[in-house]
Amino acid sequence: MSSATRATAESGTDSLTIVEAVRDGLYTEMSADESVMVLGEDVGKNGGVFRATEALYEEFGGDRVVDTPLAESGIVGTAIGLALSGMRPVAEMQFMGFSYPAFDQLVSHAARMRSRSHGQYSVPMVVRAPYGGGIRAPEHHSESKEAFFVHEPGLKVVSPSTPSDAKGLLIASIRDPDPVVFLEPKLLYRAFREDVPTGRYEVPLSDAAIRRTGTDVTVYTWGAMTRPSLIAADNVAEEHGIDVEVVDLRTLSPLDVETIVDSFTKTGRAAIVHEAPKTGGVGAEVATTIQEHALCYQEAPIERITGFDAPMPLHALEDYYLPQAVHIQEGILEAVAF
Amino acid sequence: MSAYDDADQHVNSEPTQLDDDPIRVLDEDGNVLPNAAVPDLSDEELLAMYEDIALARRFDQRAISLQRQGRIATYAPMTGQEGAQVATSYALDDQDWLFPTYREHAAKYVHGMSLESLLKPLRGIREGYAIPDDVNVMPEYIPIATQLPQAMGMAWGQQLQGQTDSAVLCHFGDGATSEGDFHEGLNFAGVFDVPAVFVCNNNQWAISVPRDRQTASETIAQKAAAYGLEGVRVDGLDPLAMYAVTRDALAKAKNPTGDERRPTLIEAVQYRYGAHTTADDPSVYREEDEADAWRQKDPLDRLRNYLSAEGILDEAVDAEIDDRVDAQIDDALATVEAVETDPERIFEHVYEEMPERLREQRDELLALRDKYGDDAFSEVLE
Ligand SMILES: Cc1ncc(C[n+]2csc(CCOP(=O)(O)OP(=O)(O)O)c2C)c(N)n1
Repeated sequence: MSSATRATAESGTDSLTIVEAVRDGLYTEMSADESVMVLGEDVGKNGGVFRATEALYEEFGGDRVVDTPLAESGIVGTAIGLALSGMRPVAEMQFMGFSYPAFDQLVSHAARMRSRSHGQYSVPMVVRAPYGGGIRAPEHHSESKEAFFVHEPGLKVVSPSTPSDAKGLLIASIRDPDPVVFLEPKLLYRAFREDVPTGRYEVPLSDAAIRRTGTDVTVYTWGAMTRPSLIAADNVAEEHGIDVEVVDLRTLSPLDVETIVDSFTKTGRAAIVHEAPKTGGVGAEVATTIQEHALCYQEAPIERITGFDAPMPLHALEDYYLPQAVHIQEGILEAVAF
Repeated sequence: MSAYDDADQHVNSEPTQLDDDPIRVLDEDGNVLPNAAVPDLSDEELLAMYEDIALARRFDQRAISLQRQGRIATYAPMTGQEGAQVATSYALDDQDWLFPTYREHAAKYVHGMSLESLLKPLRGIREGYAIPDDVNVMPEYIPIATQLPQAMGMAWGQQLQGQTDSAVLCHFGDGATSEGDFHEGLNFAGVFDVPAVFVCNNNQWAISVPRDRQTASETIAQKAAAYGLEGVRVDGLDPLAMYAVTRDALAKAKNPTGDERRPTLIEAVQYRYGAHTTADDPSVYREEDEADAWRQKDPLDRLRNYLSAEGILDEAVDAEIDDRVDAQIDDALATVEAVETDPERIFEHVYEEMPERLREQRDELLALRDKYGDDAFSEVLE
């Protein structure tokens, strides 16, 4: 077993990447609870195309780490049925861009089973999907369409940006009584390591994280955009003496309104950063939430630094599509200059 | 649970063998089988087909090595499948439509796409997807099975418009037969009796999942019966058999006789010798010697042996062909490596007319490039 999947009765930490932390989270929950199972395309013998489920098949066997036929609607529909039967399925969509065949099952059924049955039935399941650009992948492999899922009442939507959050949020998602769409920023899968607590712990699905405290302006972001946002914050601090607070939303639905609003009442200025297209993106929801709750504190128009309202280009141009630190800096400066 | 629990189960499993008597013209050594009909192709056509298969093989080797050198991105190899790709496209008439996946490089080339256009997307340049007006090829389909209902719709539309001389040929893999779109596409094709030919390139694996984990039905061809189509099982490593069967299916699609149904599902039984893509490592899920048995049936070798025995090909001509395909690939590569794409392309062709908001976004990007230079765009995400 790798360090990521070692049995962890003792307390301590392991230095893990995000993808290793996902695997550790799965291993931890599967060890603790026999109803937790993993299913999807290539998750078994192959260990997942990103190796997120590596060694789980050998550890837990083909009944709990299941290579399914190539059918996303089948995978998610089956997971709903499994959850209704008392299992806790964790389904993998190989890439977010291939989750659309499962969209119907997710939005028509997973999301509504509780309300439709008036609380009688619930579907405690997780749908994991790598998402976002920056890894030189072919068409459809770099999508960032979290807004599709955020728009559906009944689904929770999570996107970690650090290894310890990846593990803690995944465990919380598996334990959560509602269906959770767990979006993994694949650009960060192996980008850096961090000390991650061994054993079981949860990062609550209700709390945003303040990654950097500041008083002049708040940057709201999530997933892979957290890193360029932090770099931009450091740059404007150094070059312009601007004190930036960076809020990593972590859970996109339901939003942590309190943390969002508290930060804004402190700074009065906001820049929202996401790689998804601008129109109808989650940034619009964050901006409106701020205005609903803290209009009187607002000192400047809210800036949005986002991907464009165009399909993600093939890799030769993807760096121009994704918000970069300079782009974020510009947004911060505009919010402050107003 | 099935025997799949045993970690080595599918490595030794039967279904990756050619067991169910698919249609063949040539035996493994390239001899014409007794009672087999050699398709009606001239010596020139046979030689050209051979040259295209040789080009495809070479293209594949070069692409894999280019990917390793970092000169192109992720590539989906086709070695083992070139015979089926080339032969099915030889069976097409110019006015017929081709719906390919991400692996049908050779099929697209034969039906009119240039090598340059195949290489551009691999270099991250979307312009390579652009299709010349006189070429009836759709850009590659990456989401699995999504092309089947569309191919059906194209065939139907042509029929509705009285274009009785053209048909649609649609490729997909064995994994695709698990998706809802496969079933919906075939069902519609049967119900509306459209001029479409569906070619399943059954290469035994969908990334790491073997065919027997994809479907419990004995063959893929037999699925045709459920939709009221004709199903045919062919040796996909036998280019002459692939050509003959596809040609017949296309002819029937355009002009059925009696109570014949127009659509056909062809199962091309073949093998993916190499990795699923250059990002994949097949040694994790299959034994390397599994490929060896299939290499005995190699389409290029078989056709070479047949043509040599017929006196159509000799070593000198074969060497000329090798030189020619190498030169063609070198030229295409040099052209494509000299191409630079412009960030403004991101905003083009989203709509016929660029909306004001997108124009603003484009202008913001241009201003940012002016101010910070292009280096600033690769800093953070590297
Ligand atoms: C809808 C969808 N789901 C998942 C994927 C990821 N994926 C790409 S290729 C592939 C396997 C395809 O196998 P098969 O259909 O047999 O075709 P082959 O690649 O073997 O030619 C998978 C799972 C995808 N491209 N589209």
